[in-house]
Amino acid sequence: MTTMQTPVDNGVNVEALLGVRDALAETPEIAQFQWRATVSWIGGTHSRSTVDTFYGFGEQQHHKTTFTHDIDHPLAFAAQDNGISPVEYVLVALGGCLTAGIASIAQHRKIQLRSVQATVEADEDLHGILGADPEIRNGFTGVRVSYQIDADATPEQIKALVAQSQKRSAVYDILTNPTPVTVTVDVP
Amino acid sequence: MLKTSALVVGAGHCGLAMSRCLADRCIDHVVLERGEVAHSWRTQRWDSLRLLTPNWMTRLPGFSYRGDDADGYLRAPDVAELIEGYAKESAAPVRANTTVTSVRRAEGGYVVQTDQDMWHTRSVVLAPGASTVPKVPVLQGGVPTGITTLTPLDYRNPGQLPDGAVLVVGASASGIQIAAELHRSGRQVSVAVGEHVRMPRTYRGKDILWWMDGAGLLDERYDEVPDLVRARNLPSMQLVGSPDRTTVDLNSLSQAGVQLVGRLAGIRDGIAQFSGSLPNMCTLADLKLERLLDTIDAWATKAGWDNADPPRRFAPTTVAAAPPLTLDLRSGAIRTILWATGFRPDLSWLDVGVFDRKGNVRHDGGVTASPGLYLIGMPFLRRRKSTLIDGAAADAADLSRHLAHYLDCN
Repeated sequence: MTTMQTPVDNGVNVEALLGVRDALAETPEIAQFQWRATVSWIGGTHSRSTVDTFYGFGEQQHHKTTFTHDIDHPLAFAAQDNGISPVEYVLVALGGCLTAGIASIAQHRKIQLRSVQATVEADEDLHGILGADPEIRNGFTGVRVSYQIDADATPEQIKALVAQSQKRSAVYDILTNPTPVTVTVDVP
Repeated sequence: MLKTSALVVGAGHCGLAMSRCLADRCIDHVVLERGEVAHSWRTQRWDSLRLLTPNWMTRLPGFSYRGDDADGYLRAPDVAELIEGYAKESAAPVRANTTVTSVRRAEGGYVVQTDQDMWHTRSVVLAPGASTVPKVPVLQGGVPTGITTLTPLDYRNPGQLPDGAVLVVGASASGIQIAAELHRSGRQVSVAVGEHVRMPRTYRGKDILWWMDGAGLLDERYDEVPDLVRARNLPSMQLVGSPDRTTVDLNSLSQAGVQLVGRLAGIRDGIAQFSGSLPNMCTLADLKLERLLDTIDAWATKAGWDNADPPRRFAPTTVAAAPPLTLDLRSGAIRTILWATGFRPDLSWLDVGVFDRKGNVRHDGGVTASPGLYLIGMPFLRRRKSTLIDGAAADAADLSRHLAHYLDCN
C-alpha cells in the first residue's frame, strides 16, 4: 500500500532512534533517564509548573526553552480555571505519548500519515477525591482513547500501528501498571 | 586427563543431532549427560504433556518418525523413548550420569570438569536445553506465605495442588495448557495474560505447523529477521498437542469459565496487581495471527493448495469490560500460584566470558566469540524452528560444518 515514489516522511528521525538503540547495547547506562518538573503554588488550586532540564545519555540535558504550564481546576469546582486540571494533563500526556509512538512506528514501517487525531476520555467518580465513599478510588475508573487516522496503509496496518504504540508507550505503561511513588517534604 | 576433539554437553535431541553430524564428519567426540538420554523429558514434564509439533515433524539428522500416527503428538515418555532410540541407532558416544561442573578455556581448547572425570577438548558444544530452569519474576517475593507456588517443571497433575482457586501467571503454551487442565479438575482458575502468541491448532484442515513449515516460515533465518532481539524473546505459541487437535486459546479458556486478568504487574501488601494492558495484549496477538493467516493464504494460493478448506478468520479475543485489577492473595481465595513465565538454560557451570549483562550467552547463530565454543537449541538460534525438534537438524548441520572448519584450521 505504500507509495514507492515519494519517500515516507512523518517528520520522525527513526535512524537516530535506532542508532540510540544500537548504542545502548554497548553502553546500557546511557539509557538511564531522569525526568523532572517543579510545581509552585500560585494561589487557590492554581499552580504553575516549570520544566527545563532532565538527565539522560549520561549528562544533564536542557529543553530548547523553559516550558511553563498552568494547572488549576474548573469553575464548576469553585476554582478559577487558570489552567487545565491535573487529571486532564494525564490525558494530554497519554494522547501525546501514543501519538508520538504512532508517528515513529509509522515512519519505521514506511507508512505515510496524513492525519492523526486522538480523543482521550477518562471516567472518574468524585466520591473518591471528596472522601465521600471510601470504597471508591480517587483515580480513573477507566480511560478510553479513540483514534482517527488517515494514512497510506490498510486498516489492519493502521490497527497494528496503534497496538504497537501502546506496547511501547511510557505513559500507557505508567497508567496501566503500578509505580512506586515516594513523596518527601522539607520543612524550613 | 581424557582427550577429545569435540565435547557436547547435553544428550537431548540437540546434543544428539550434533553428535550425529560430528560422527558423519568423523570428528571424535563425546556427549556428556547429567542424567539419562532425554533427561528433562523423563523428569521435568507434566503427565498430560504432549509434543507441540505433530509426529511427521519429528525429524532429526538421519532419522524420522516411523510410527503410524503421522498427525499425532507424542507424549513425553514417547519423546524420551524416541530420543533414546535415536541415540542407540546413532551409536552416540554418550556418557550418562555425568554432570559437568565447569568448562573453562585452556591451551588448545577447553578443560571440562565433571563429577566423574576431567576432559581436555578442542571444542565444546553447549546443548543444555532451553527449558531447564524456570524464569520466575522477582515479584514472587511478595507472595504471602500459605500459598503454594510451583512452576511447569514441578507440576505433574491437578491432584498435586491443594483444593481451591489457582492463579496461573503467563499465557503461553505451558500456561494455557495447565490452566485448561486445572479448570477441568474443578478448580477456579485465573490466568494473568501478558504478551502471547495466539495460534489455532489447525487451519484449513491441516495442522498450523504444516502451513508454517510449507510456507517456509519456520526456516526464516536469524540473520534475515528484521528484529532479532524481539524474535528471540517471543513467547511460545499457544498450542497444545492433543489427539482431538483442539485449539486452546484465551477465547476457549474464558468460554470454559477461566478468568482472564492482565499481566501480573506487582504484588503489594499481599495484593496482586494486574496490568490494565489486557485489551491491547489481546489486540496485538489477534492482529499478529491475522498477518500469519494472510501469509499462509498467500502461500497456499501460490503453491496450489486451493483445494484445502477455505480461508477463515477467527473471532477476536473477548476481554471482559472491566477485568479485575487486583486480587487479594491474603484472603485465602487463591491457594496456588503457578509461574508459567518462561524458562532459561542452565549454564551456571560455564566459566567462559561469553555472557551478556543479562546472563545470556552472546552468540552469532550459535557461534560464540570464544573460538571453538558453540551453543545449540536456543530460541531463534539460527532459524525460527531452532527450539523445535525439527529445527535441530539444520542448525546441527551448520554448526558442525563451522566446528569442523575450526578444527581444520587450528
